[in-house]
Amino acid sequence: MTERRLVAESVAFAYRQGRDVLRDVSLSVGAGETLFVLGANGGGKTTLLDCLAGLRAPRSGRVLLDGDPIDRLTASERAKRIGLVPQIHEPVFDYTVGEVVLMGRTPHLGLFARPGRRDGAAVDRALDAVGLRALRDRIYTAISGGERQLALIARGLAQGAACLLMDEPAAHLDPRYQHQVFEAVTRLTSEGFSFVVASHQPNHAFLYADRAAFLVGGRIETAGPPADTVTEETLRAAYGLEFELTRGSAGSRAVLPRVLRAQDGSR
Amino acid sequence: MSSTRGRTAWILAGLVPAAFLLALLVGRYGARIDETFRALFDPESAPDVLRALVVRVRLPRALAAGCIGANLAVVGAAFQGLFRNPLVDSRILGVSSGAAFGAAVALLVSAGTIGLQASSFAFALLAVGLVCLIGLRFGSAPLVLVVGGILVSAFFNALLGLVKYVADPLSSLPAITYWLLGGLSDARWSTIVPLLVVTALGLAFFLAVRWRLNVLTLSEAEATALGVPVRGLRVAVILVGTLMIAASVAVGGIIGWIGLVVPHVARAWVGPEHGRLVPVSIGLGVSTLLLLDTIARTALPSEIPLGILTGLVGVPAFFLLFLRFLRVRGEAR
Repeated sequence: MTERRLVAESVAFAYRQGRDVLRDVSLSVGAGETLFVLGANGGGKTTLLDCLAGLRAPRSGRVLLDGDPIDRLTASERAKRIGLVPQIHEPVFDYTVGEVVLMGRTPHLGLFARPGRRDGAAVDRALDAVGLRALRDRIYTAISGGERQLALIARGLAQGAACLLMDEPAAHLDPRYQHQVFEAVTRLTSEGFSFVVASHQPNHAFLYADRAAFLVGGRIETAGPPADTVTEETLRAAYGLEFELTRGSAGSRAVLPRVLRAQDGSR
Repeated sequence: MSSTRGRTAWILAGLVPAAFLLALLVGRYGARIDETFRALFDPESAPDVLRALVVRVRLPRALAAGCIGANLAVVGAAFQGLFRNPLVDSRILGVSSGAAFGAAVALLVSAGTIGLQASSFAFALLAVGLVCLIGLRFGSAPLVLVVGGILVSAFFNALLGLVKYVADPLSSLPAITYWLLGGLSDARWSTIVPLLVVTALGLAFFLAVRWRLNVLTLSEAEATALGVPVRGLRVAVILVGTLMIAASVAVGGIIGWIGLVVPHVARAWVGPEHGRLVPVSIGLGVSTLLLLDTIARTALPSEIPLGILTGLVGVPAFFLLFLRFLRVRGEAR
């Protein structure tokens, strides 16, 4: 388990006593690796991300960040090392893209400090990394959903975090922006960043994940290359639906629900 | 970008002293302006009456107006960010309703100016304290606090109604009614010292933490993930803001609309980033209330209650600004 950047060991979590959302979750992500966590709605993916981010304390088990128990880190030390990229949302106030990303510098600044030249430079680097430099002075609420998701990734990079947790980054995005967001994720992964992506799209795991795992019934059975872990059997177990695995001409994999095929045939 | 920022700073640096000077020079006492000017900067050569008027009456009143304007504006801006709601102002947690009840009780028993201030201040803190207890029991999420504020306000309004009902319709009832309209005619050196102290400390606090207020506008999970202990900062903002508003209401009564409208003007001018929003709100709040109080003192033969004037000016201004805000967001035509 050397070089594993983020490790969860037998994590269990309950919002109310006796009702475990997470029963026994063990997983790990290395440097330069993207892990997809798939699973049904309400299956605990967001809760798992919160536990991995150190925002919620597990009932039992532990989370290690570069070997350090995450609950032992100070809030700002933690925020310099791991970032949470939320689903895109509509903020109430019309901040510029640069101002949104600049908020990522918070853990580097004292309570009474204001950002300076170095923080501005960090924002520029983060925006460059996701290809949004040109939008720095645009209003965040006026750019597209895909651009907003990229800006939130840039905010995580501005934190200085080497490990980013993403909650449904493809939600509400059209296929082109979905690809653009994951292209940025893939590029950053090749530069050594680590990503944990909670996703509803098994096909995205085939396209963009180094490893994938299903969170079912509060447990993760196995994590491994998506070709091994995303199968007709695991999909049925996760969603209670029949799936069919197909292959594209270039050998790419994809899954389709069988229900749709049956409807096509009857027409 | 930076040239805009520079220009903003220059405009405010001119506006605030100009409004302050105007408040000192203009009044119903029929002295010529150049005479008054001399009373201010060359006291030896001015008549005693005029000097006493400017130093003992207009100066403390102008300071009170400036302090109250600054407090209402900066706390309004901070609370709008904290509650992620551009429609709230400093009254959202019940501070004004508590203060109104406290003042009414003091007027009912003819407790004198100091008693009035103390009672108003104490009940303002009590009202917000009750909301905070609700927050402790049911969670400090903005919605819980907003609902708590509405309920506590409604309760104190009912109590205020009770006090008015039993008040003497010839003496204490008009006093209560007049106090509720807001005004600074009682502002003297002897009554504004607590306001000056609280304002200085409160403004220092908000100027110091202003950049971090941006993070409060995010969801709690996001802010926590950015390494900010949200609850601590939220409690500090509510506590300091409540003290500032309670001290303001104790001196000036209920003065509405400044805390709602000025932050919107400031946002339309320099954007929502609190590093700029906080100082600009303070400068605009100071100059706006100084100008309005000068008008309240001088426009009619008898003084116009300040709260009426802020309403008459504030409502149309808010109408225009908020519709613009909604139009930018595509929520209005």
